[in-house]
Amino acid sequence: MEEKILLEIRNFSISFTQYERGLRQKELTVIRDLNVRVRAGELVAVVGSSGSGKSLLAHGILGILPYNSRCEGEILYRGEPLTRRRLKKLRGREIVLVPQSVAYLDPLMKVGRQVRSSRKDAESKNRVKALFRQANLPENTEDKYPFELSGGMARRVLVSTARMGQPNLVIADEPTPGMHLDAAKQTMQAFREMADGGAGVLLITHDLELAVETADRIVVFYAGETLEEEPASAFMQEETLRHPYSKALWRAMPAHGFASAPGSQPYGADRPEGCIYGPRCPEYTCACGAEIPFVPAGEGWVRCLRCVEQGEGGEET
Amino acid sequence: MKKRLCWNQRTKTLILLAVAVFYLAGVAVWGLVGRESALVTDFSRKNLTPSLSYLFGTDWLGRDMLARTVTGLSISIIIGVCAAAVSAVIAGLLGVAAATLGKKVDAVITWLIDLIMGIPHILLLILISFAAGKGLTGVILGVSLTHWTSLARVIRAEVLQLKESTYIRTAEKLGHSKWRIAKKHMLPHLIPQFLVGLVLLFPHAILHEASITFLGFGLSTEQPAIGVILSESMKYLVTGKWWLALFPGLMLVLTVMLFDLLGECLRKLTDPGSVHR
Amino acid sequence: MKNLNFVLKKLIRMLLLLAAVSVAAFGLVSLSPIDPLQANVGQAALGSMSEEQKDKLKSYWGVDTPPVERYLNWAKDFVRGDMGVSLLYRQNVSDVIAVKLVNSLFLLLFAWVISGVLGLALGILAGVNRGRWPDKAVKVYSLTIASTPAFWLALLLLMIFAVWLKVLPVGLSVPIGMEAESVTFLDRVRHAILPAVTLSITGVANIALHTRQKVIDVMESEYVLFAQARGESTWQIIRHHCLRNILLPAMTLQFASISEIIGGSVLVEQVFSYPGLGQAAVTAGTGSDVPLLLGITMITALIVFAGNFLANVLYGVVDPRIRRGGERG
Repeated sequence: MEEKILLEIRNFSISFTQYERGLRQKELTVIRDLNVRVRAGELVAVVGSSGSGKSLLAHGILGILPYNSRCEGEILYRGEPLTRRRLKKLRGREIVLVPQSVAYLDPLMKVGRQVRSSRKDAESKNRVKALFRQANLPENTEDKYPFELSGGMARRVLVSTARMGQPNLVIADEPTPGMHLDAAKQTMQAFREMADGGAGVLLITHDLELAVETADRIVVFYAGETLEEEPASAFMQEETLRHPYSKALWRAMPAHGFASAPGSQPYGADRPEGCIYGPRCPEYTCACGAEIPFVPAGEGWVRCLRCVEQGEGGEET
Repeated sequence: MKKRLCWNQRTKTLILLAVAVFYLAGVAVWGLVGRESALVTDFSRKNLTPSLSYLFGTDWLGRDMLARTVTGLSISIIIGVCAAAVSAVIAGLLGVAAATLGKKVDAVITWLIDLIMGIPHILLLILISFAAGKGLTGVILGVSLTHWTSLARVIRAEVLQLKESTYIRTAEKLGHSKWRIAKKHMLPHLIPQFLVGLVLLFPHAILHEASITFLGFGLSTEQPAIGVILSESMKYLVTGKWWLALFPGLMLVLTVMLFDLLGECLRKLTDPGSVHR
Repeated sequence: MKNLNFVLKKLIRMLLLLAAVSVAAFGLVSLSPIDPLQANVGQAALGSMSEEQKDKLKSYWGVDTPPVERYLNWAKDFVRGDMGVSLLYRQNVSDVIAVKLVNSLFLLLFAWVISGVLGLALGILAGVNRGRWPDKAVKVYSLTIASTPAFWLALLLLMIFAVWLKVLPVGLSVPIGMEAESVTFLDRVRHAILPAVTLSITGVANIALHTRQKVIDVMESEYVLFAQARGESTWQIIRHHCLRNILLPAMTLQFASISEIIGGSVLVEQVFSYPGLGQAAVTAGTGSDVPLLLGITMITALIVFAGNFLANVLYGVVDPRIRRGGERG
């Protein structure tokens, strides 16, 4: 079991040094104590609403965070620490990123060439064409500049970049917004295929519905923290979910009544003590004001005192 | 580590500000008090190389170059400050006018800016100086009338951006008067920009003032601004009297650099976007 | 069609700006209390002129003629290529400018090319190595030069290379007392080195500083992040993305620097007594040679605007967003 784990992120935190007006400086923690595991052949979706720091997670794994940021914790790839040197060798080959928006394409380079990267041979040119056809992109898309693409087209082009090689680990950052439902489903299917082909896929998204349909496991992400990790099947019913926030997310799904929970996600400096979901949680007790550990529960993991107290806590795997 | 860096940035600005104020005051006072000694000729001490008693040496008339340099700097600085202030006011008025008085005014002002930027700066200074019949007025007019363009652009852009911002739109919808919006919401943003622009204009103004007087427009030899001193000493360089040009020029460079740095620091402080470096 | 419109629009704009410059420049010299005819009355030039030429001068500058009429007289002839007679040089202004411009052109072109190439290289070096020593060195150099008046820099170089080391001549584009024909090309070059170097040193600083900022923007951009994430090396990123995206702003910068280089040449030519356009402008200004001053103003403005125009057209050719008519077209 253990050796199959492709990517393991342990107690991972990202913080920024920022200056406010007048040069007061503060440390802003955007991701705290994050734990995620991706096995080969598995599609793991990290689900969180916008502003939860999801994109930074992808950037953190690939080592492309801005210079005023700081990472803590461990990232293991195939059981060994993913050092900068190792990462430099692996990224683009074994580990690929599917970025978020058209801004990640060079505005002055034709997209075909960008997907090919530095390869110039006829074979890769044909491969690009095939990939674009597969993604239902119109003919000659490879000769277009990014500004000539619609948002949905640009995303499909970005997904194609990941399929150029034979990656072992795909990190996809919000690959579906702005797409029609069909196109979005198709894109998700592409990731599913990559996972079925043996790659590990870490998909970062805000769309729980799509994630439930395609992913194997789902990690609920809130204000920079992982609150719960469950098999996707647990999201079929509200009862199998543990964390109050996961339940709220479930209820907010269009099929389940669109009910939005009151309050909003705390941002950076406004982080409450103890449970991050505390201020919005209907079951908040004074014990929740302390540091809450992320513990195994059943088939998954959860960061909630109440869930553990109820004796659902499982054993360390 | 980061914390120290940030503290340094702020301290740096404060120190620079203190140095700049002290320097300005010092040069102004010394320049006024020492004006007499700058003009004293003494043939018993002419063409002395720099020494402890004459730090900057003496010239071909036996004038103390240190006294001359400081006097020259004080004249140049006064002209520079005046011209920068006038330029900044023009920039402020035209920038705000371009942003608020409608498309036609905007087009005319933008056009004017392009026009001024199309003529090489020095040439425009020569033209204006000529128009004013040369002399001191020509220099001051020239420097004042040609430096406002970039700041006007900045102010125009800032006002346009502010006009579009949500909170000003909200204030408008709430029925606040234009005057109140301008005072309460616009001025607090514009004034720092304006002051920084003013400080950054100053080194340019003083550089161009020195250049135009160096070329022989404007000030006579009785008003030994830095440009005049350097222009005069040029004739004596060939005979190896390097100190005549080195020290006055160096002082000019240091003055300009001091205010350039100060302006940059202030800009970083007032611009929240760039401070996180 | 769209592209042609674009070019035409820019061309008309340029011509209108030129006309505006002529009005402004003529207006300025007309404002002057100095009467160019009176100021140069003792000059031999006026004495040796024909009646016809004198009448022409009066129709341009005479106190009795209303300014608008004078402007029209002057502009009409100017458009036809007759810029009047220089009061100081006793020649047609166009001839004076032609000779001086050729002299200056070497300086200007040399400085323009060097500052463009070197400035771009240094700017990229600094931007890519942001915060490290090459960046700091370029920054210190650029900021120091930005605070240094060009003429003082010229004086320094003159002191070092001409007076102290005696390796280069003090001034003038040809050795004094030598027949014009016997001046070799090498002599000309030797005399042009110091002024050209001074202009380049100043020009490089400005271009390097601006290029550096652009490079930093590009290197912080999302597409460079993605390129990194795809395993491209720094060198590959510079080659594939940085140069490509720096090209357009660099082009604008390069053409915008023409105005500054011409401005600098006025000062530098004065220090090295180099008989170019810049020195002629100063002579015309101090000597109240209004026809020449106006002629030089118009010619330099024409060069500057032509540069801007060219930059705009090139932009349209190079930038796919304009060429293919997108958001900015």
